[in-house]
Amino acid sequence: MNPSFIKLGSIDYVILIIYFLFVLGIGWALKRQMKGSADFFSSARSIPGWVTGLAFLSANLGAQEVVGMAASGAKYGIMQSHFYWIGAIPAMVFLGLFMMPFYYGSKARSVPEYLRMRFDEKTRGFNALSFAFMTVLSSGISLYAMAKLLEILLGWNFDLSMAISAVIVLIYIVLGGLTSAIYNEVLQFFMIIFGFAPLVWIALRDIGGWGVLKQKLVAVAVDQHFAPGTWTESWRHVGSPADNPMGVEWFGLAMGLGFVLSFGYWCTDFLVIQRAMAANSMGAARRTPLIAAFPKMLFPFLVILPGMIAVALLRDHHGGFALPLEGGSPNWNLVIPVMLGHYLPSGLLGLGFTALMAAFMSGMAGNVTAFNTVWTYDIYQSYIAPGKSDRHYLAMGRAATIVGVLVSVLAAYYFRRNTNIMDLLQLVFAFVNAPLFATFLLGMFWRRSTGHGAFWGLVLGTLLAVIHHGLTIPEHAAVGQAGGWLGATIHTYPSPMAQNFWTAIVAWTGCMIITIVISLCTAQNKTDQELTGLVYSLTPKPKEEIEPWYQKPVILGAVVLAATVALNFIFA
Amino acid sequence: MNFDLRLPIGLIFSLFGAILTGYGLMTRGSAIYNPSLGINVNLRWGAVVLLFGAWMLWMALRARKPRPPGTA
Repeated sequence: MNPSFIKLGSIDYVILIIYFLFVLGIGWALKRQMKGSADFFSSARSIPGWVTGLAFLSANLGAQEVVGMAASGAKYGIMQSHFYWIGAIPAMVFLGLFMMPFYYGSKARSVPEYLRMRFDEKTRGFNALSFAFMTVLSSGISLYAMAKLLEILLGWNFDLSMAISAVIVLIYIVLGGLTSAIYNEVLQFFMIIFGFAPLVWIALRDIGGWGVLKQKLVAVAVDQHFAPGTWTESWRHVGSPADNPMGVEWFGLAMGLGFVLSFGYWCTDFLVIQRAMAANSMGAARRTPLIAAFPKMLFPFLVILPGMIAVALLRDHHGGFALPLEGGSPNWNLVIPVMLGHYLPSGLLGLGFTALMAAFMSGMAGNVTAFNTVWTYDIYQSYIAPGKSDRHYLAMGRAATIVGVLVSVLAAYYFRRNTNIMDLLQLVFAFVNAPLFATFLLGMFWRRSTGHGAFWGLVLGTLLAVIHHGLTIPEHAAVGQAGGWLGATIHTYPSPMAQNFWTAIVAWTGCMIITIVISLCTAQNKTDQELTGLVYSLTPKPKEEIEPWYQKPVILGAVVLAATVALNFIFA
Repeated sequence: MNFDLRLPIGLIFSLFGAILTGYGLMTRGSAIYNPSLGINVNLRWGAVVLLFGAWMLWMALRARKPRPPGTA
């Protein structure tokens, strides 16, 4: 392996070091404000909406986003932007308009805590434990992916790059808590924009513009026996799974990705919701996902487009562009970093690389801050040591941060030896939120749903997802991790992605039906008074806040949706 | 109260912008720009980054000034 696929100059290191110093400086400057646990875990609800909005977007912009989206852009073309246009925006608008009033208005400090207020202790416990487990391992995945990437491209030492980034994240969270994580996420958001935009500009110019790229991608599509426009048209080839490289059809795409997976993630995952809960007013909390949606819908041009350009460059051997190989085929996960090295001179290269590292680190920080909150409030304070002083919980939050980072590091080493376990975990994480959205939908909009119903719906919904995965298999896959491990195969899906979408649909539908049936058979354990502020029909309409029209959530939501529909038409 | 985030954002991007523009000026016509199609991207993009940084700084400093009574 070439030890230095990319060579950084001294000016690039200067930029990288300045960035690290700033990140630590922000943590240091916030240290004085961390007086109680509310400051540390929820920024004492003091952050303006534009900041929480950009952090909301950034917290999700970790490893898989930047690296994986470009890889998928190469493999699937513009269809990958469904993960943004139908797989994120509608759910973000729904969260801002309909769900945020309950999250923020209930004064719950976490998503699991909302579940306790609305349902019962066991539902909260189930969610808190699975969430804590998931965040720590996700943070480990992020860490592993970064160290691996730096090792391949720059020849950096795996242990050292992991140690440095873990220590930096650790320091700035221990010092400044959630506020520090949020501030650094916003900084990272601008780094990504300024680091990657010149890359897209130069690369697109090199290939001859969008028109030429479209022509070149025709050849890519035809090579793989698809219709000529498959790589540049997002909707025209979803009639049948055989017509597109994702192997999905429109119903699975719209229901599985556009509804279950997307609403399951954006509307229930505490990692992103925590940012909105830190906002300084109800209006700001509701605007958080809406503000995030504006840049979100344009992100395909920053992260997917480079992959589409790369596949065209590679086919023509244009300008000597090449990717490191992995198992005989190009390693698409390296598209963005290799393109950075290919097009950008020292100087901007440093900015681009720093942006990449920033993305990995804040992906990790997002998970760590969500973990320390759920651990301290929902597990430690609830089951292990209730009734201690606030200082005690603040100290526990700091300790949990250290433990969380340590576990992530251990997990990263473990994944290095067992990459198939990591693949399996990512598969599980992909549908673990799916049933949860049914629970929230019923919890917020149907007052009759009960704690027993919610709990069993969640448990059995998750179990159904596992069983579905065990009984089905994608085409050409070996029985085992890909599915079919329960012995019998009742259905063969055209692709792993189709299988994943349908697993989510099964989990959601199962959870929905089971929760309804069990709720009808059990008595409501909460009084109407207890449910006020938690359920739609029992909550007084939020009074109109006095805000200019451009800050009204309904107007922002309508504009976002209209723009997304327009994008879908333009690139249909 | 937390500090105004626009201040550190303004500072870091002004600094990055200044470094990139300065480096771009020093390396005018250099072969390092062959991969970027002969465009001095450090100079051009550095100027954009610098402008953004300055704008953030200006907004942060403007917000610090005490406002005359009666304005929102």
